[in-house]
Amino acid sequence: MLRYTLLRLLGAIPTLLLVIVLAFLLVHAAPGGPFDDERVLPPEIAANIAAYYHLDETLPQQFWRYLSGVVRGDFGPSYRYRDHTVSQLIGSAFPLSLKIGALSMLLAVIVGVGAGIVAALRQNTVADRVVMTVAMTGISIPIFVVAPVLVLLFAVKLHWLPAGWSGNAGYARLLLPVVSLALPQIAYIARLTRASLIDVLGSDFVRTAKAQGLGIVAIVRFHALKPALLPVLSFMGPAIAAVLTGSVVVEEVFGIPGLGQFFVRGALNRDYTLVLGIVIFYAALIIVLNLIVDVLYGVIDPRIRHR
Amino acid sequence: MSLLEVADLGIRYGASEVVAGLSFSVEPGESLGLVGESGSGKTQTALAILGLLPAAATTSGSIRFDGIELLTADEEEMNALRAERIAIVFQDPLQALNPYLRIGQQIRRILLQHGLASGREADDRVIEMLERVGLPDPKRQFGAYPHQLSGGMRQRAMIASALIAEPDLLIADEPTTALDVTVQAQILELLASIRDDTALLLITHDLGIIAGHCERMLVIEQGGLVEEGLTRQVFAAPQSRHMARLLEAAPRLDRDGVRETVVGKTVLDVRAAAVSFREHGSHRGDRRLRAVRDVTLQVRSGETVAVVGESGSGKSSLFRAVLGLIPLQSGIVSFLGERLPDDVRSRALSVKRELQLVFQDPVSSLNPQMIAGKIIGEPLLVHAPELGADERRRRVLHMLEKVGLPDAFVTRFPHELSGGQAQRVAIARALIMKPSVLICDEAVAALDGAVRNQILALLEGVQDETGLSIVFISHDLAVVRGISHRVLVMYLGRLVELADSARLFTRPRHPYTRALIDAVPVPDPAAARGKQIIAGEVPSILAPPSGCAFHPRCAYAQDRCIAERPNERIVDGVTVACHRADEIDLTVC
Amino acid sequence: MIAMSASWEKIRGNRALVVSAVILIVTAAAAMIGPLISPHDYLSTNFEEMLRAPTMADMRIFGTDDLGRDLFVRTMLGIRVTLIVAIIASIVSLVIGVAYGAIAGYFGGRVDAVMMRLVDTLYAMPFIFFVILLMVVFERNFLLIFVAIGAINWLDMARIVRGQTLSLREREFVDAARLTGVSSARIIARHIAPNLAGVVVVYVTLTIPQAILVESFLSFLGLGIQEPQTSLGALVDAGVNQIERASWTLLIPATLLAMILLCFNFLGDGLRDLLDARQTR
Repeated sequence: MLRYTLLRLLGAIPTLLLVIVLAFLLVHAAPGGPFDDERVLPPEIAANIAAYYHLDETLPQQFWRYLSGVVRGDFGPSYRYRDHTVSQLIGSAFPLSLKIGALSMLLAVIVGVGAGIVAALRQNTVADRVVMTVAMTGISIPIFVVAPVLVLLFAVKLHWLPAGWSGNAGYARLLLPVVSLALPQIAYIARLTRASLIDVLGSDFVRTAKAQGLGIVAIVRFHALKPALLPVLSFMGPAIAAVLTGSVVVEEVFGIPGLGQFFVRGALNRDYTLVLGIVIFYAALIIVLNLIVDVLYGVIDPRIRHR
Repeated sequence: MSLLEVADLGIRYGASEVVAGLSFSVEPGESLGLVGESGSGKTQTALAILGLLPAAATTSGSIRFDGIELLTADEEEMNALRAERIAIVFQDPLQALNPYLRIGQQIRRILLQHGLASGREADDRVIEMLERVGLPDPKRQFGAYPHQLSGGMRQRAMIASALIAEPDLLIADEPTTALDVTVQAQILELLASIRDDTALLLITHDLGIIAGHCERMLVIEQGGLVEEGLTRQVFAAPQSRHMARLLEAAPRLDRDGVRETVVGKTVLDVRAAAVSFREHGSHRGDRRLRAVRDVTLQVRSGETVAVVGESGSGKSSLFRAVLGLIPLQSGIVSFLGERLPDDVRSRALSVKRELQLVFQDPVSSLNPQMIAGKIIGEPLLVHAPELGADERRRRVLHMLEKVGLPDAFVTRFPHELSGGQAQRVAIARALIMKPSVLICDEAVAALDGAVRNQILALLEGVQDETGLSIVFISHDLAVVRGISHRVLVMYLGRLVELADSARLFTRPRHPYTRALIDAVPVPDPAAARGKQIIAGEVPSILAPPSGCAFHPRCAYAQDRCIAERPNERIVDGVTVACHRADEIDLTVC
Repeated sequence: MIAMSASWEKIRGNRALVVSAVILIVTAAAAMIGPLISPHDYLSTNFEEMLRAPTMADMRIFGTDDLGRDLFVRTMLGIRVTLIVAIIASIVSLVIGVAYGAIAGYFGGRVDAVMMRLVDTLYAMPFIFFVILLMVVFERNFLLIFVAIGAINWLDMARIVRGQTLSLREREFVDAARLTGVSSARIIARHIAPNLAGVVVVYVTLTIPQAILVESFLSFLGLGIQEPQTSLGALVDAGVNQIERASWTLLIPATLLAMILLCFNFLGDGLRDLLDARQTR
């Protein structure tokens, strides 16, 4: 088990390195520098700026400098927010994004698994069809459609909830962002749970359990739930990535000053170091969370654990 | 009063009727055999008794257990009966046990469910039961997961779970079909000895199993009862044509003559062949799985050589390597004295047409997107591209006729064929280029008795006509006996014994060969009892025992057998790898 | 042939599949024809008719946007752009994915191990962020959108095709063909490709909505299709800004986008069910 974990950990390092190399090269292959669109600077000042951002060094030198910085958690200075380092910006914006993301994942798992189990146990009934149609709709409708429509409905028309972030306080302003972020994942998880529970309930070992006189509740709890939730656990990796992507939209729609908003602003302003830093930070986050999911999978499935 | 009374039972799925008008009864404490071919409705009947038929099934008639009507009982009533009064053992223990739960927990849950025991007492009862079914170190096995046990041990655990609540009726549905033949004998013996006064309904396709283990028997055909009676009487004088046919089709070790040795020139020469695979993801990274080691065999023109062994014997790997489908680690394969390249892709076309293969599963060996005519004719496109479409069609039709299929089958897709028909198409494809050697890898294992015998007769007919050499790979000595001139027995990748059929079946030289012969169920109640059953199961090929790999299971093993691997030697015209081959007498009486 | 006609029966039996296909065809046709019929065009601004609500008068059936441009024409144009981007991106991912997956699966062994290692590594990357990075660096290039979306989606296709090829290659009928001396090219053409076709068709259908999602996501953030060109994502983005004054500018493109995605997903799901039914038969 320890070996398995260590192997996974080792496997993650080249992936992360590849991310850093690709992202770095992409940014440095950019036509023109980051200061192109500003007024023409006197040569001395241009040289000073270049020296400050180490633009006068060779590419390998710059990369090495950048990489050793990243390892220490230093993503260098921001091009646009002149008084801040990228790390400071990430550090200030990420906790809020984390809170919203974690809440919506929690919501998605609870509601998704619950709905999936109900649909599986009531297979081909009205309840099942309703859950599955809603889930299909949830999968199909993108988050940037869901979020504004929810705002339109609950904030603009009904005035039940605040539409934006600033000027509001408390948990009410969290509700719409968390729900919009969770909805697609709820849909995916519900479909996945249903399909895999139906699959498990059709397996031979469940037939054995039925032959032993176990009722459906006992079968689901004792025999079926764990194997049925394994695919849901593997889905956590992609789900986390999707929630990160979605948080960009949600923060944009609701005006939440989280990491996603910094990312989009950075992208629109061509703040290279900020965008580069956030991409690497997101990548590391996804890779680490995937690693945790993998290890958890190994803990739960005895056939992997005993390898 | 009978324990179980089935009256006029009918089971249908939509328009198709799988069981119709079936009536029989099970008396308390008796052992009753239910025999039928695949698709005869055996398993459906078992599931109906336990109320486990899928929702799509509709039933009619009546099943009364101890006075209770089961077909109309609600789920709660059924759950009270299941395990506590009626229990079942399914065919494949790997599928039937939950892979995510420890063996002990799964069995313990039954006691809790039925309120029979709890806490420490439940644990103790489970451990005691595991010990009774012969699991070594039951305290430890309590905490084991199914994948950590061997096939036989898993089925023992399954039996423990069926008997833990001391049911009145135990249904065993093909309980040994997924197991090796030597393990099958152990499990059947266990079922007979352990059940006390629990009645046994033993469902099987194998008449030998019924003959050895049931007092009374039922024969069903297409969902209906065709014969019923005391096993001894039914076997002695079958009343129905179906039973008579089944009995005639059942392969026997103790009857019929064997085929005399053929003297012909050597066609296929395999010398010191070895095959190994890389086993991924085990404890210390990759390990080499040595599937076949140093096997030498000559196949003569016009003869049938049977290759026999249990799981892990390497019998299939050996011939896949001979054919060049998987790499040969070392050794030489020659055809008519000429050494062949290892990889089939490097072999000359003229050689490829000479060596052909027929697989176990006929359906998966045919491309589902091609019609039979195209499948059979494809070799012609490769080997005789000069033929016109008409000539090709003529030859395909000729081949179809030869394998006993009407012309109309030319346009059939594989999914439109029965197992036997598909196997005929596969044989037609293999024979159309008139090969010298045909390798049949468990080619009849998936077929029922009568169909199997037709296919065997077909192959024998082709052999008599054309002098074809056949290598017949099988796990079943009984099937092999009537058709083979010589037999090669393999165990854990090595040759154990190679002998003429006449000698091998009467006086085997290796204790393993004798054990295989003894393990085959004989379809004759008079001859079925009093066989010796060897202990243990085939060890993992990844960690074969020292010295002679068979020594842990061998009754004749000595210190030397543990320390030193026996070389192959010739004793009385038989090639055998046993230190004691000339000391011990293994004659079959 | 018999198999084919049986499929037709089943296709007609699957109502969600048929309805989805019809809706998609009608929508695509409207997107092609609509702008030709309408008296308005997608570019002309009209400051007297800003944010006009949908009405039958003047053929302003979807109303106008904040610059007074006709929303019906812009929406139809948006559908056109969205569909074209998605289909081209799907073809890109189809070509890369099938070639990559088939090569890895057919040759197997070390080739497969290395190729799939790369896919696994790419899988772990937050691709969408890379695409955004790409858009930042290379200035919202229209062509780049195809490449970027195709580059994300080929991974799934490669995995599926590789898995199928691998299992087909292990199938006994391929062994039988190899033994007889059938060439690799013929084995791929006659034995592997026909058995692969169904799966590929299904997954292409499921790739299209994913591509639509990526494109509209980028456009929504302002990183995709640029003004005055438009796509459904860009229209939704514009609608969000008018959410309190003119909700139709959000609701119309949002509904159409959701409908198209839903139909593609139902279509893919239905085709997959048909395929599964055929394979388990």
